[in-house]
Amino acid sequence: MRIPLSALIGLILTGIFLFVAIFAQWIAPYAINDVSGGQWEGPSAKFWLGTDTIGRDILSRLIYGAQITIFVALASSLLAFSLGAFLGFLAAVKGGWIDQVLSRTVDLVMAVPSLIVALVMLSVLPLNLTVLILVMGILDSTRVFRLSRAVAADIAVMDFVEAARLRGEKGIWVIFREILPNALSPLVAEFGLRFIFAVLFISTLSFLGLGIQPPLADWGGMVKENKDGLIYGKSAALLPAAAIAALAISVNLVADWILTRTSSLKGGRGG
Amino acid sequence: MAEPLLQIRGLVIEATSYPPGEPPREVTLVHGVDLTLERGKVLGLIGESGAGKSTIGLSAMAYGRGGVRLTAGTIHLNGREIRLADAKALRSLRGREVTYVSQSAAASFNPARQIMEQVIETCLSHGLCGKAEAEARAVGLFRKLGLPNPETIGNRYPHQVSGGQLQRCMTAMALCPKPDLVIFDEPTTALDVTTQIDVLAAIKEAIRDTGVAALYITHDLAVVAQVADEIMVLRHGRMVELGETGQIIHAPREDYTRALVSVRSLEHQEKPPAPPVLQVQNLTARYRGTNFDVLKNVSLDLPVGQTLAVVGESGSGKSTLARAITGLLPPTQGRITFAGRQLSADLKGRTKDDLREIQMIYQMADTAMNPRQTVGTIIGRPLEFYFGLRGAERDRRVQELLDQIEMGKGFADRYPAELSGGQKQRVCIARALAAKPRLIICDEVTSALDPLVADGILKLLLALQAEAGVAYLFITHDLATVKAISDKIAVMFKGAVVRYGQKSDVLTPPFDDYTDLLLSSVPEMEQGWLEQVIAHRRMESAGN
Repeated sequence: MRIPLSALIGLILTGIFLFVAIFAQWIAPYAINDVSGGQWEGPSAKFWLGTDTIGRDILSRLIYGAQITIFVALASSLLAFSLGAFLGFLAAVKGGWIDQVLSRTVDLVMAVPSLIVALVMLSVLPLNLTVLILVMGILDSTRVFRLSRAVAADIAVMDFVEAARLRGEKGIWVIFREILPNALSPLVAEFGLRFIFAVLFISTLSFLGLGIQPPLADWGGMVKENKDGLIYGKSAALLPAAAIAALAISVNLVADWILTRTSSLKGGRGG
Repeated sequence: MAEPLLQIRGLVIEATSYPPGEPPREVTLVHGVDLTLERGKVLGLIGESGAGKSTIGLSAMAYGRGGVRLTAGTIHLNGREIRLADAKALRSLRGREVTYVSQSAAASFNPARQIMEQVIETCLSHGLCGKAEAEARAVGLFRKLGLPNPETIGNRYPHQVSGGQLQRCMTAMALCPKPDLVIFDEPTTALDVTTQIDVLAAIKEAIRDTGVAALYITHDLAVVAQVADEIMVLRHGRMVELGETGQIIHAPREDYTRALVSVRSLEHQEKPPAPPVLQVQNLTARYRGTNFDVLKNVSLDLPVGQTLAVVGESGSGKSTLARAITGLLPPTQGRITFAGRQLSADLKGRTKDDLREIQMIYQMADTAMNPRQTVGTIIGRPLEFYFGLRGAERDRRVQELLDQIEMGKGFADRYPAELSGGQKQRVCIARALAAKPRLIICDEVTSALDPLVADGILKLLLALQAEAGVAYLFITHDLATVKAISDKIAVMFKGAVVRYGQKSDVLTPPFDDYTDLLLSSVPEMEQGWLEQVIAHRRMESAGN
């Protein structure tokens, strides 16, 4: 199997991001809240990427920020996929009033911009990571629901699903054994894209002050902390922004590659 | 002797194949085939799927479909070598000297444009004649091809005419530019048998009257025997035999050709009457949201361990009957009694035993199996589900079933994509047998298969019936299959049973009108059969 160059670059970069996120504690040269330098120092041998608005090492905070940002985005995407895919498959397999209730509820949620819904919910609810993940996961699951319902509806009309029904199989078997394996590749590709949206979403929330709270470091929050420096020509705010962009692009490259290899009913051993 | 119209020498055709889960590889589709076609003659190309007959046919206009490459050999058309001709030369040749009639007219016509516009398009784009003359030619062809209202049918849109009429319109399209050669690629395969005979007669007359040469591609030897002067038998991209039509069907030289000729001769001795396992009484059904009955008052009995063939054209309601019996479509009226107990109309109301004892085999084995499950899982699941077999015991039984369908070891770990068409259908049969059913509903199980493979499946089904005593409800449109397998026959037309009884009674005259039409439309492996039937029908309608 040949991997195109773009996908290879994406895979390597994504791998580096994941590695850094997992081993942040051992890689970061300084502790997360160590005020060890002056305000907005430029890059030097001591601080490779300089210091931030109160003199903390930017590189260390970027590394810790990768951990928390990727963790929250991954957790909320996983929640969105488990919930959205299960309900989407259920709607496609059962049809009737179950489908109607689920689909109309999803329409309702999707009709309101998710950022506004998230801002309202997070202003009312206590601010902690669990609540953040739950809110983002549930909002994102509406999009996953749409996709999985469409994919499953295509598969549910195939003869092998009818054969399973005639055998007397329950809905759970039909969903997990007949439909899920055939719907996996489009869903995996979609997972990459939804993960990126989650990263952007959590960064936006943090920038607006309703996401991950200090003293924890995260990329969106770091842009917010350092944005005043831009006026004085300090680049501190640009570095976390660049990290967000780099992660988004590399995951997208991988997702694109998976999508081109996708054909939902190709069958066989892999693909 | 004058130069032949088409002369192909040592033609080699290659393509890149992309098997799932493996690296792409080069495959050779046609291995050095020679072919000569004189002006005004018809050459039949016959073979099973993958024989390369369509690929060779298209090479007559130097065209390779979907990445297929004509890698070696020469193709001379009208004395010019065209295999290596440039795009401009090919453009002026295609649609002018050579035209093409495809299998599915419905998929070939643009649904948004009127028929006439599309029929005369090639004439106009090649600048062969003016619009008025092209339309006059088209109307003449419509008349010759026996289309109703030849003056105005061109104003209709493709969906406003029937499938057989549209196929004739496409023939008119191919003949309109007055080509030297027409390639007919399975033009009647997708049609019902009663429609096929009309289209076939129309095509034959048009070929004779216009004096055009033709390559006629089909997998049905009886069909090609009606139109071709010569027949070339192909297999795996190689020529097996070439000869005059009469010689091929009466005195074939090669074993493979002999097998093709004798493929429809399977006969089955009718079993004596027995008590019924399935009784259908006054069944009437319609699809939800419609007010039209697709099944009208259908009553049938299927004796224990015997085969009831349900015959009819598409739209006659035979598949709907299967859906009603399985409980997928609850009937609005009527009763289904199975093994002495009345079945619930709805699938939900049936017990696990009801479900187990009625199994179903589908037409398309491809879509009837989950592509992500191995053969072992596919066959093993009913064992697990109905009998609670697990582990080694289950694997042993799976292997027994594989032996029964003559597939042997090593297949349990394969995926459906790694099986041939016939093997796939065998696995579906094994899955049905795994449930130890008393009734198997076979819905057109052989119609997607090549004749020889289909023969093998029918023999297997008969052997399994003798062994396990299972009854078959056999749905088909093919009367040769019916003769080969059935004990009782029900002929369906527009949702109702028009003729029903023991096989020998149903197939013995006097017939009702529809059964007569159906029986007489099945092509026979005999030259001149088509003319006889058409002449007989004309005489009868004149008599009326």
